[in-house]
Amino acid sequence: MHANPMRAAAALLALALCGCAPIEPWVKPYERERLADPIMQSQRDALAARHQEHVRVVREGARGATGVQGGGCGCN
Amino acid sequence: MVATDVKRAGRFARVRRWLSSLRGGRGALVAVRAAQLLGGAMAATSAGAVALPEDRAEAMAHLYDGGGTKASGPAVLVRKSVNDQLALSASYYVDMVSNASIDVVTTASPYHEKREAYDLGLDYVVRDSLMTLTLGNSKEPDYIADTWGADISHDVFGGMTTVSLGFTHGSDRVGKKDIGFFDTAHHWQYRLGVTQILTPRWLASVNTEVVSDDGFLGSPYRVARVFGAAVPERNPRTRTSRAVKFRVIGDVGDRDIVHADYRYFWDTWEIRSHTVETGYSRYFGNAWLADSFVRFNSQHKASFYSDNATSETTYVSRNRQLGTYTDVSVGASLSYTFAQVPGVYDAKVHAGYEFVHYNYKDFTDIRTGSLYSYNASVLQLYLTANF
Amino acid sequence: MTPATPRTSPLRRLACALLLGAAAGLAQAAIAPQQKAPDFTLRSMDGRNMRLAELRGRVVLVNFWATWCGPCRQEMPQLSKLYDRYRGAGLVLLGVNVDDDVRRAADVAGKLAVTFPVLLDTDKQVSKLYELNSMPSTLIIDRDGRIRFIHLGYRDGYEAAYERQIRDLLKE
Repeated sequence: MHANPMRAAAALLALALCGCAPIEPWVKPYERERLADPIMQSQRDALAARHQEHVRVVREGARGATGVQGGGCGCN
Repeated sequence: MVATDVKRAGRFARVRRWLSSLRGGRGALVAVRAAQLLGGAMAATSAGAVALPEDRAEAMAHLYDGGGTKASGPAVLVRKSVNDQLALSASYYVDMVSNASIDVVTTASPYHEKREAYDLGLDYVVRDSLMTLTLGNSKEPDYIADTWGADISHDVFGGMTTVSLGFTHGSDRVGKKDIGFFDTAHHWQYRLGVTQILTPRWLASVNTEVVSDDGFLGSPYRVARVFGAAVPERNPRTRTSRAVKFRVIGDVGDRDIVHADYRYFWDTWEIRSHTVETGYSRYFGNAWLADSFVRFNSQHKASFYSDNATSETTYVSRNRQLGTYTDVSVGASLSYTFAQVPGVYDAKVHAGYEFVHYNYKDFTDIRTGSLYSYNASVLQLYLTANF
Repeated sequence: MTPATPRTSPLRRLACALLLGAAAGLAQAAIAPQQKAPDFTLRSMDGRNMRLAELRGRVVLVNFWATWCGPCRQEMPQLSKLYDRYRGAGLVLLGVNVDDDVRRAADVAGKLAVTFPVLLDTDKQVSKLYELNSMPSTLIIDRDGRIRFIHLGYRDGYEAAYERQIRDLLKE
C-alpha cells in the first residue's frame, strides 16, 4: 500500500509531538485562576465582537484571523 | 495578472475540492482523527478541560456614523445549554442603513436600507473537544447571504494549548435595485488557531485564516473613473486572501490586563495590510470593568485600484476600501455588573465607544479635488446576563 | 514498548506513536490507586484545623475545587447530597478549595449550599503534594488511608460512580 502523503504527514506530526512527551505542563490546573477570569478573554461579548468585526470588514479591505466566527453579509 | 490569478485559484481549487469531498461520514472521520492526533499524542491526564460556553442572553443597540453613512439597529442573542454537553444559540441582528457617503453622494442619491441577519449555533462538548456548528442568513433588498460553518476546538498538553480549526461556507445572491438578483458569489473560509498558556498570567495565540471568494465580488452601484469618466467598476471574479494574527494577553497587576496584537493580511488582489492593536483593561471595585484600546491599520492598494485610471485595464475599481490608506482608532468601554452571584449568575450593562479616523492616500474627494479623509464613531450599548 | 519497525505502514507507526504518548502521559501521574494518601493539615472555613491522618478508620472523599471552575461548581450540590446520605454511615467529605480569594470561596460555597467542610489551600501546597492534573479532582480514600479511586474532571453521572465506590469502601 502506498503511503498517502496526508497520512505520512499525520504520522510524522504524531511522532514529533510524541518526542515532546517528557515536557510536563508547567502551569498546573490549580494555578489557572487568573487565566480563567473573563477579563483575559479576547472576546467577552459575542454580539459586540461581531458588530465590531462587521464594521471593520466593511470599511477595510482586510478580513479574517480575528477569531470571530461567522459568515459575511456582502454589504456593498 | 489574469494568468497568475487563475493559477493561484487553480492551486486552491484542489484543496477546496478535497475539503468539499469531506462530506458526511468521511469528513467526520477526518475531524475525529485530527482531534485524536492532537489530543492522543500528548496523552494529557486532565479530563473535561474544555467547557461548554455559559448560558447567556445579550441585547444590544449599535450605531456606526461616519463619512455620511449611518448604520444602526438592535441585536439579540440567546444561548442555552440542553445538558452538560450540548448548547444551542440563536441571534438576530438588524442594520438600518442610511447612506449618504461620498460614493453615493457624488455618483447617485442617498438611500435607506434595512438588513436583517439570523444566526443559529450548536455547541457540543466531547471530552477535550468543543464542536460548533453555525447557520446564518443575512438579507437586504439587494443581497442575500447564506452561510454555514463548523469549528472544532481541542485542548491538548494538559489544557495548556488549545488548537482550533474552522470552516465557513457562504453562498450569496447579488442583486441590484430595479433589476433584481442577477448574479451569485461564493466564499470559503478556513481558520486555524493555537492558543498557548505561557505562565499563570500570560497567554499567547496565533490565528490564521484563508478566505477564498468566487463570483460577483464588487458592487453593482459603484463606479470607477477612467480618463476622468465614470464607468461601472470591473472586479476580478476570484479572490484568495490570507491573514495571520499574533496576540499576547497578560495579567499585569492585581486586577488589570494588557493585550497586544498584530495582523498581517495579503491577497491575490495584491492588497497588503498591517494592523496593530494594543489595549488595557481594568476592574474597579466589585462591579466595574473598563476597557480601552488603540488600533492602527495601514493598507496598500489592490493592483487594479485607481482613483483615476489613465489606461484601459481588464479590471478597474475606485472602491476606496481597496485603496492605500491608514486608519487609526481609539476606543473605550465600561461595564457595570448590577446583579451577581459569583459563579452562578450575573447581569451587566455595557457602553462602548470607538472613534476612527480614515486617511486615504489615493482617493480624492471629487467635490474638492483633495485627498479624502473622514472620522467615524462606533457606539455600542448593551445588556448581558450569564446564568 | 518496542517501536514499530520502519517497514510498517504509516498508520501503524501513528498508532505506536499514540500509544507511546499515552504511556508517557500515564507514567507522569505519581498519585496512583493503592498508594498511601499523603498527609496534610488545612484550616477549614469555620476556623478549625483538619488533619487527614486523624481520619484513619473512616472513608474519606477529598474533592479539590475552585470557584472559577465550571464543572467544580456543578459537582458541589451532588457532593452535598452524597455527604448527607452517607455521613451517618461514617463517610467524611472534604472540599479543598484552591482560590486565591477566600471570601469568594466562602461566598460561592454558601450560595451552593455546601454541607461538608471546606478546607482552604490558598498557597496550593496540598494541590502540589497531590500532583493534581485536573480541576476538579476527586479522590476516595479507604479506612487504611490508601487512595482507592481517582476521578479527574467532572461530568454528569460521575456522582453515581462515587456513590457505588463509597458504598463498597464503607462495607470493608
